Amino acid sequence: MSKRAATPKVASLADLFALAWQIEADAVERYKLLADQMETHNNPELVKVFRDLARAEGIHAEEIRRLAGDIDVVEHARKTGGWKGESPEEADLSAAHYMMTPWHALQMALVGEKRALAFFTGIVETTKDAKIKQMAAEFVEEEAEHVNLVHRLLRKYPEPAEGWADDPDPPNTVE
Amino acid sequence: MNLDVRPACKPGDYKSDVKPIWCPGCGDYHVLLSFTRAFAQLGVPPERIAVISGIGCSSRIPAYTNCYGFHGVHGRSLALAAGLKVTRPDLTVVVASGDGDGYSIGGNHFIHACRRNIDMTYVVMDNHIYGMTKGQPSPTTEPEFDTALSPGGTGLRPFHPLVVALASGANFIARCFSGDFNQTADILVEAIEHPGFSFVEILSPCVTFRPDEKEWKNMVHPAPVGPTDDPAKAARRIMTDDGFNLGVLYRGKRQPYRPEFGAQVSDPAELEKEFEL
Repeated sequence: MSKRAATPKVASLADLFALAWQIEADAVERYKLLADQMETHNNPELVKVFRDLARAEGIHAEEIRRLAGDIDVVEHARKTGGWKGESPEEADLSAAHYMMTPWHALQMALVGEKRALAFFTGIVETTKDAKIKQMAAEFVEEEAEHVNLVHRLLRKYPEPAEGWADDPDPPNTVE
Repeated sequence: MNLDVRPACKPGDYKSDVKPIWCPGCGDYHVLLSFTRAFAQLGVPPERIAVISGIGCSSRIPAYTNCYGFHGVHGRSLALAAGLKVTRPDLTVVVASGDGDGYSIGGNHFIHACRRNIDMTYVVMDNHIYGMTKGQPSPTTEPEFDTALSPGGTGLRPFHPLVVALASGANFIARCFSGDFNQTADILVEAIEHPGFSFVEILSPCVTFRPDEKEWKNMVHPAPVGPTDDPAKAARRIMTDDGFNLGVLYRGKRQPYRPEFGAQVSDPAELEKEFEL
């Protein structure tokens, strides 16, 4: 897994909105990339899962932009530098496998949602600014709902049996 | 270094519409992210960058960028890039290679590119195996690495690219890990900005032929000391490290090679005259 970014400082509501928006925007890009990988490697079920995840994160990103009102979250993220490493919901590219199942994709999503939840919870617990605390608490609720949603989806996609990656014609066969 | 700055560039501006065909989980995906982030940080527009490569999985990278590119001949990427850079010094030239293409087939070009010290950046995605051709040992494969193609391992001492680069005159030497792609992007920015020949080795796991390399993420660590401009110190550090030290290891002060040309021929007919017998 790639190195995660140190938690950036949140000194204003603009910082909070920009970081929250970037979390979702980065997740969109990462899920799109994974969907493309699965398309290339003919795993259509996963293409759909990753595209659906990208779409959902895109909706969240737009909601944050709307909530931010006059704050230009994109510009603020660019100016402040945002997350210096990978942001919390960026799925681990190195965990991808050409035969992965929806369960694996949802595990990736779960890890990301939990990291985002921990980030916003940390802000609620540490900030002394009432407005930031209130908005961060809303994001905590939102992320907690996302965690629950992924858990619900996981009921539909149980963990695959051992040997899920067994391939009768694996790419590393020496001919 | 030629920085024609246009700050509005974002990493996405450097991505092409071509979808990579690397194996899911391959470290080269991260390297591509590092390239696009580094280019965006530099603010150099895509049309002012040339990404040159040879052959191999890693060498597919020019097609995945929106910059000018040349997917060249096996092991000859540095020769191509050198020719381009001396005739078009205004371009930012980045060369991409792998451990087979760069250290075996292109080994001699590597040595002389370091020696010439032309202002360009050489990125080698090292996975210690020939991935594209199905897992033959490369110059950096461990001697005991056992495969059907090398039963019992090759028994050969691995090539030490960083030491070779230093001894041959590279002006900037760094080692990165693909998984830490933000640090890699930062180092690529430094490498491109540093005058002369910059060599960046990126440990980039091959998940198909070297699944053991998934452990690299737990083995890499920051270099315990910062870069030096003293080649003797750098040599000692690089020779004695464990191969997983990350960061800029050497930052030299050699002047880049910039050949001077006579009058340029613009009329093709005049050029043909020069070759008349």
